[in-house]
Amino acid sequence: MSEPPAPPPASPGLPAAGPAGTGTPAAENAPGPGGRGQFGRAVLDAILEGNSVVVTILAIAVALVLGGLLIAFTDPAVLRAWGSFFANPGHAIALAWDAAASAYVAMFEGAIFNPHTVAGVFHQASLATALHNGYVAAVFNPISETAVNATPLIFTGLAVGLAFRAGLFNIGAAGQWIGGAIVATWLGFGVSLPPVIHVVVCLLGGFAGGAVIGWIVGELKARTGAHEVVVTIMLNYVMYYFLAYILGTSAMQQPHSTNLISPVIAVDARLWHIAGPSLRVNAGFLLALAVAAGVWWLLERSTIGFEFRTVGANPSAARTAGMSVERSWVLVMLLAGGLAGLAACTVIQGTDYQLNFQSYGTYGFDGITVALLGRARPLGIVLSALLFGALHAGGVQMQAATQIPVDIVIVIQSLIVLLVAAPPLIRAMFRLRRARAGGLSETVAKGWNA
Amino acid sequence: MTTLTTAVRSTVAVNRTLIASATFVAFGLADILLFGLFSHGDATFAFAQFGAKVGVPNLVLPAAPVAYALGAVSIAIGVLRATVPLSRAGRRACIAGAVLAFVISLLCWADAGNSTALNVINLLQGTVVYSIPLILGALAGVMCERSGVINIAIEGQLLLGAFAAAVITSAFSSLWLGLIAGSLAGGLLGGVLAVFAIKFLVDQIILGVVLNVFASGLTGYLYDRALVPYQNRLNSPVTFSSVKIPLLGDIPIIGPVFFDSTIFLYITYAMIALVQVGLFRTRWGLRVRAVGEHPTAADTVGIKVLATRYRNVLMGGLIAGIGGAFLTIGQVGSFGKDMSSGEGYIALAAMIFGRWTPLGATAAALLFGFSTSLQSILATLNVPIPSNILLMAPYIVTIVAVAGLVGKVRAPKADGQPYVKA
Repeated sequence: MSEPPAPPPASPGLPAAGPAGTGTPAAENAPGPGGRGQFGRAVLDAILEGNSVVVTILAIAVALVLGGLLIAFTDPAVLRAWGSFFANPGHAIALAWDAAASAYVAMFEGAIFNPHTVAGVFHQASLATALHNGYVAAVFNPISETAVNATPLIFTGLAVGLAFRAGLFNIGAAGQWIGGAIVATWLGFGVSLPPVIHVVVCLLGGFAGGAVIGWIVGELKARTGAHEVVVTIMLNYVMYYFLAYILGTSAMQQPHSTNLISPVIAVDARLWHIAGPSLRVNAGFLLALAVAAGVWWLLERSTIGFEFRTVGANPSAARTAGMSVERSWVLVMLLAGGLAGLAACTVIQGTDYQLNFQSYGTYGFDGITVALLGRARPLGIVLSALLFGALHAGGVQMQAATQIPVDIVIVIQSLIVLLVAAPPLIRAMFRLRRARAGGLSETVAKGWNA
Repeated sequence: MTTLTTAVRSTVAVNRTLIASATFVAFGLADILLFGLFSHGDATFAFAQFGAKVGVPNLVLPAAPVAYALGAVSIAIGVLRATVPLSRAGRRACIAGAVLAFVISLLCWADAGNSTALNVINLLQGTVVYSIPLILGALAGVMCERSGVINIAIEGQLLLGAFAAAVITSAFSSLWLGLIAGSLAGGLLGGVLAVFAIKFLVDQIILGVVLNVFASGLTGYLYDRALVPYQNRLNSPVTFSSVKIPLLGDIPIIGPVFFDSTIFLYITYAMIALVQVGLFRTRWGLRVRAVGEHPTAADTVGIKVLATRYRNVLMGGLIAGIGGAFLTIGQVGSFGKDMSSGEGYIALAAMIFGRWTPLGATAAALLFGFSTSLQSILATLNVPIPSNILLMAPYIVTIVAVAGLVGKVRAPKADGQPYVKA
């Protein structure tokens, strides 16, 4: 056991980085040059040193530029123009610019704000008629779509991130999502309860459904040492097939249907729309924010959270200090599974209202990238889920408006995470000084032996 | 500290014996209670192969008695494991015996009283073919991780390899160019993995997952943008045809299964042998393992740690790329979105299940290949179980095996930790 000494903790609220953190070069943690004191100086320092916020913003910018190049140079018209570049270079460059710009404009209009909708409001006789006819709602529709897309990602991001903090790699959010979805959907159409209670019961059921799947992983790891990566991958497959099976049985299948689809859940079980009936944004988004705050409290302020973080940073030290590593594993996987189950609730009870074989989408795996971009911290997870939600919402609009495949969004997402994870690369690109704290590595770097 | 660790280890060892023997007994009970009790009549196994020079007669077994006997064997193995201290080879033989007993009882049950014979040759051929991308992917993982770099990007390497192979084969109508392109595409992603992991010290788990997402997004985007509109020119590759090895290919049973397949199977054999012998019987392998276990010590004796890692990650990528190429120009033909469908993750599981050894990973990959093949065979046999439940079975069996028989595995010590010279 001759491990090099761990680097000093990057911030007081954070346990020392685990064994893998020893790989962080000393220079990364060396104090930055120059004194501070004045606010302006501090801001300048932050920018020049490329702290994590600056690196993240630059990474997003670089990823968007790369994505733009990919859009431009797979456009047939652009390629033709570049084929005869020297005949008319200006034309070729302009075409490339137009292709990328129109895609991003459409994306922005789908995710944040579409100026045409505002024009629509002003063409109405009065604000009252605009409100009544849904023109005002149309202005806020992109933001609503972003929030709707971000909601399940916040939950699956938390499911992966919470496990990361305890040193576990939860690839199983997809399976846990299905576990939650089955229970929540069944409670949604199978029982009839008074309005508010029905929603709560479905949410609890969804949490429990996901928690059971997560618990199996933690329990097996604690009792037999079975590696959580293998078990979660296997459980994902088990749950896919179980979903396909149960949607074909009389217990879950919509009557008189031959498709693998459940009945529609009761109106009372649906999450409330919080911005009028025409916008899809619902109480699930508020729940996600509240749960993220709860997870923050659990991790940073509670005894259990302290144990999680200690186990994640150094299981041997945790055991020596009298903590039960095994109990932490079981508990953290149970909670992570429950969070993934809640992600399913927000989809089923918030927007889809019924479960089909495709419902699980990519929430589970997107949760991994969200958690990684958010550095496994609740606030970071919320912000990165919002970013990815915006990219998803914008991507749909972009495909409709420009016929550019929506998969470009996945490319941009992965580039963002890749670049954020490599602060030295970003700093080298923009000639920034070295920051005092390391990059993404210090939070979640863990080998298999963790 | 030392005494503490030993104490913890010894209790784990006792538990391990108990858990393992309990798992063997559970397998035995499954043989008896699930397959024995529900089997009625005889099971017929066919070994017929179209065009074979030597005919092999059908094997008819009374299903229930065979399942009972095999269940008893499995329970006996469990008792043996609990009472007698066994060598490592002995413990492995136990696992192999119990798994084999389980599989044979399952087959007896599946075909019991069925008028159609279960064609063993088809089953085994399917096993081998389905295993090819898994084995190559798992070997890629072993190559990277033995040198200390975690490779979760196997899925992405398979996908990119499949894409490149399909496009290049279609565009140049050359299978060999396609194969090389597929391999290089996997190697390219391996190169990105290597640079970010080794030079920029990026967390390797993040990196692997992100590269998978990147490969999925990039190939999905290019598929919609280029392959769909230009289907004929870019996405209609020919596929490799089977090559029968003279003499060996004519051996009954073994010949058609192992020596009558596409070039990919023979490449896979070569790769298994190369990686196994290379890692454990050559100076190069010793150095690689030293770098993966204790890079500081390796550096001290003059082994170039970073160069070794770059080389291994690149080679791993090239191997996985061949596995990807198999998906298109060895099997399906045209490329489809996300066509690797999680096989890279299965390969990852096989590598961990196989304890980071080429042969262990190959055995685990064959197990997954067998279950996939079994599913397609059972689908034709009218087994009285919903197909989706059947499809779940291999994954549940894997969980049971990993939890009950393998337990805690140990990765190379420095796996996932970037090396920075002090």
